[in-house]
Amino acid sequence: MGTDVNQEVEVKSRWQEIDLRAVAPFVALALLLLLGALVNPNFIGLNNLANVATRSAFIALIAVGATFVISSGDLDLSVGSMVAFVASVMILFMNTNVIADPGMMIAAAMALALVMGALCGLANGLITTLGKIEPFIATLGTMGIYRGLTTWLSQGGAITLQSAEQQELYRPAYFGEVAGLPVPILVVLGVTSVAAFVLYRMRYGRHVVAVGSNPSVARYSGIKVDRVRTTAFVIQGVCVAIAVVLYVPRLGSTSATTGILWELQAITAVVIGGTALKGGSSRVWGTICGAFILELVGNIMLLSNFISEYLIGAIQGAIIIIAMLVQRSLVRRS
Amino acid sequence: MVSTPVSDGALPPSDTVLSAQRIAKSFNGVQVLFSVDFELRRGEIHALMGENGAGKSTLVKILSGFEQPSSGSILLDGKPVRLPPNGAAEALGIVVIHQEFNLAEHLTVTESLFLGREVTRHGLLDRKHMRAETRRVLDLLGCKISETAVIGALSVADKQMVEIAKAISRNARIVFMDEPTAVLSQSESAALFAQVRMLRDRGTSFVFVSHKLDEVIALSDRVTVLRDGQWIKTAPTSSLDGESIAQLMVGRELSSLYPQKTEPNVDEARVLTVTGLTTAHVRDAHFDLRRGEILGFSGMIGSGRTELMEAIAGLGPRSGEVRIGQALMPPGDVQATTAAGLAYMTKDRKHKGLLLGADMTANLTLQSLDQHGAWGYLSPKSMARALERARRRFDIRVRDARVQAGRMSGGNQQKLLLAKVMEVAPHVLIIDEPTRGIDVGTKQQIYHFIAALAREGCSIIVVSSEMPEIIGLCTRVVVMRAGRIVGVLEGDEISEQEIMRYSAGLKQKAVA
Ligand SMILES: Nc1ncnc2c1ncn2[C@@H]1O[C@H](COP(=O)(O)OP(=O)(O)OP(=O)(O)O)[C@@H](O)[C@H]1O
Ligand SMILES: [Mg+2]
Repeated sequence: MGTDVNQEVEVKSRWQEIDLRAVAPFVALALLLLLGALVNPNFIGLNNLANVATRSAFIALIAVGATFVISSGDLDLSVGSMVAFVASVMILFMNTNVIADPGMMIAAAMALALVMGALCGLANGLITTLGKIEPFIATLGTMGIYRGLTTWLSQGGAITLQSAEQQELYRPAYFGEVAGLPVPILVVLGVTSVAAFVLYRMRYGRHVVAVGSNPSVARYSGIKVDRVRTTAFVIQGVCVAIAVVLYVPRLGSTSATTGILWELQAITAVVIGGTALKGGSSRVWGTICGAFILELVGNIMLLSNFISEYLIGAIQGAIIIIAMLVQRSLVRRS
Repeated sequence: MVSTPVSDGALPPSDTVLSAQRIAKSFNGVQVLFSVDFELRRGEIHALMGENGAGKSTLVKILSGFEQPSSGSILLDGKPVRLPPNGAAEALGIVVIHQEFNLAEHLTVTESLFLGREVTRHGLLDRKHMRAETRRVLDLLGCKISETAVIGALSVADKQMVEIAKAISRNARIVFMDEPTAVLSQSESAALFAQVRMLRDRGTSFVFVSHKLDEVIALSDRVTVLRDGQWIKTAPTSSLDGESIAQLMVGRELSSLYPQKTEPNVDEARVLTVTGLTTAHVRDAHFDLRRGEILGFSGMIGSGRTELMEAIAGLGPRSGEVRIGQALMPPGDVQATTAAGLAYMTKDRKHKGLLLGADMTANLTLQSLDQHGAWGYLSPKSMARALERARRRFDIRVRDARVQAGRMSGGNQQKLLLAKVMEVAPHVLIIDEPTRGIDVGTKQQIYHFIAALAREGCSIIVVSSEMPEIIGLCTRVVVMRAGRIVGVLEGDEISEQEIMRYSAGLKQKAVA
C-alpha cells in the first residue's frame, strides 16, 4: 500500500504542518509592535525601531552563541563576565599603542578579542567535558573568574580608551550605517545567517541537536560528543567577542559592572525564541527575535507613562515565564 | 448500532467488561484506525495481533485513555464512558504496560512501584512497608533485582519486569500488555505468564499484544487480528493455529520463515579476530568471523553478549585484541572501527538507537552524514533520496513521512534503526536482537535480508535471545555464560537442547 496514502499526505498538509512553536515568537513580536503603536505613536517610527534593534544587538549576538550551547544540552552562565573581561583586555591592548597605525591597531585588537573569546569558550568547554562538571557549575565558576580578572585589571574602576584618534576611527563600527542600516543590525543579520546555515545545513548542526536530545544515541552513532559540546562553547565565545567588538566603540570604556546579568537576558532570548532549554532543538532566528522583543518591551515601558521603567527587570522575568508556558501548551497541542 | 461480530465465545456477552465500537483514529489528518470493534470479557486473556503499524498500540492507548478516539464509543461495564487521560484511568482499574516503558530513570524500584500512591503513616512515608510490598511482588514474578536498585542502572529486561510488577501491584481489573515479553528471556516470560494466568482465574481481564505466535497460542483465550488499521477477525484461540493467525495478519500466505543456509568456505578470509578480550564483565573472549558468515551469539540475558559486542565496536572500555581484517583496532574508538567497516546495531533503540523527537531523515542519516555533501555541508536532496531508498529497502511503513521517530510503531522504529546502521555500508555487521518487536512477515523479510547480505560477502554477527532465530539463521553459534564463551556449535550440533545445555552451565568445551 504505502504510496497512494503518502501522496495524499504530501498534498494536503503543507499548511497544517507549520510549526506553531517556530511561529510563536514572531506572532508575539507583531502583537508587541501593535501594543507599542497604541501606547505612543512615535514608537512605530522607523527611527525608533532601528534604535531599539541596534541596542538589542549585543544580547542578540551573545544569544546566537547561546543557541548552540543550549541546543547541545549545555548552559553558559559566564557570557556576561566574558564580555567585560574580553572588552577590558581589548581596550588595554589598544591603549598600549604597540602598532603605530591606528587602523592596524584596531584590526589587531579585534583579532585579539576574537581569539580571547574563543579561548574563554574553549576553557568553559574543556572544564565541562574533560572535567565532567555540570555546565551550570563549571560556568558559574568561570563567571566568577572572568569577572574577578576584570575587576583586577581595572583595579575596581573603569578602563577607558585613551587615543582620541582611535576612538574617532572606531566609532562607525557601532554608530555607522551602510545602505541606510545601522552596522550592528547588519552584523547581527550576518552572524545569524551564518549560524542558521551551520545549524540547519551542516553536519555540525545535526550533531549539536543529536547530542542535545540524546547523548547516548549520538555516541552510539559515532559522534564525538565531547568535541561537539566543546565546539559549541567556543562558538559561544566567538559570538561574545563579536559583541565586544561592537560594544567597545559605543562607550569606549568598560568597568567591573559591564555585562552584568547579560547571561540571563541571552538565555531568555533563546528560550523566548522557541529553543528548548533542555536541548535538542535550535531556532536561531527565533533567538534574535527574542532579543529584539526583550529590548522592545523596555522601550515600550519607557515611552508609556503608566508603568515605571524601574520595573523592567520584573517584566522581563515575567516574559520568560510566559514564554515557557506558551511553549508548553503548544507542545501539548501538537 | 449493528451488533458487533464478536459473539462467538464460550462466555455469555453479559460478561463483557470493556467494549469498543466503531473506533476510528487519525493523527494530523492521517487515519490509522478504521471503525474497529473490540470486546473484552471478564477473566479472559485477549490477544491483539497484527503487523507492525497495524494499529495495536494505538487501540490499546485508546482503550486505556492515553489517546481519545476520533470517533466511536467505549463502554465500560456496558455504560458509555470517556476515559480520563494520562493514566488517570487507573482509578477505574485500567492499567497499561507500555511497549516503550515510562519509568523515571533516577527513582528506585520501590519508588517507581509506588509512584503517585505512596503509603504514609502519620504523614510520613512508610518506606519499610513499601519496600516489603515491592519485594513480595518481585518475588511473585521470580525477579531477583533489589527493591532499592535505581531504575537507570537496570537492564532492559529488568526494567520491563519492574513495569510489569508495577501493573500487578495495582490490583487492576483490566491490564493491557503491549509486547511485554519482547525483551524477556523464556524463563522470565514463563514467570510472567504464571502470574497472568493466576490473576485471570481471579477475574482480571488481560489484553495481550505480542509478535511471538507461540506465546499467544499458549496463553490467550481469544485472538483479535488487525490489519492496516481495520478489524479482520476475532476468534477463540483454540480454533486457530500459528499458521492461520500469521495468514490473517499478513493477508497472504507466508513461505518459509528462514532462508536457505549457506556455509562459507573454510578458507574464506577472517574479517574479524577477537583475542583475549576482557571487560568489566566479559572474561578472555576469543573468536573469529569469516567473510560471508552468519555467526550467532546465544546465552542467557546478562551473559555478557552485549558488553562484548559494544567493546568490539569501540563503545566501551576493554583490554585484549580486536582485528578487523589485519588492522588492529584501538580500544574505545568508535570512529576507527566504523572507518574500518564495522557497524553495531544496539538493542536499546529508545535510549541508544534513535532520536525519538527527530524525524526519519535525521535519524537515518545521523551515523553517515559524511555521505551527504562535502566540507560539512549537507544536501537535503541527497538525504531525501537516502530516505526514499531506505523506506523501500526495509519496507518502513509510515503514513506520514515527517512523523517523529518516537511516534512510529515499534516495529517500524526497529526497521528504521537497521536502515540507519546499514547506511554506513559495513562489511562486518553486528546486530543485537534484530527482530525485537517485529511481526512475522517483517521477521521473514529481515532474515532474508541478512542472508542476502551474507551472500554478497558481508559478515554478520547475530546476538539474539530468540533461540529459533539463532538456529534458523546461523551456521555457527557461540554460547556465552557469565561473561565467558563456553561453547562454539557448528552444523548438526546447533539445536535448542544443546544451546540450553551450554548456556545453563551443564556443558562446556574448550574454545580455540
Ligand atoms: N502520536 C502519533 N502521531 C502520528 N502518528 C502516529 C502516532 N501514534 C501512532 N501513529 C501511527 O499510527 C500507526 C499505527 O501505529 P501503532 O503503534 O498502533 O502500530 P502497532 O500495531 O502497535 O505496531 P508495532 O507492532 O510495530 O508496535 C503507525 O503508522 C504510526 O506511525
Ligand atoms: Mg505497537
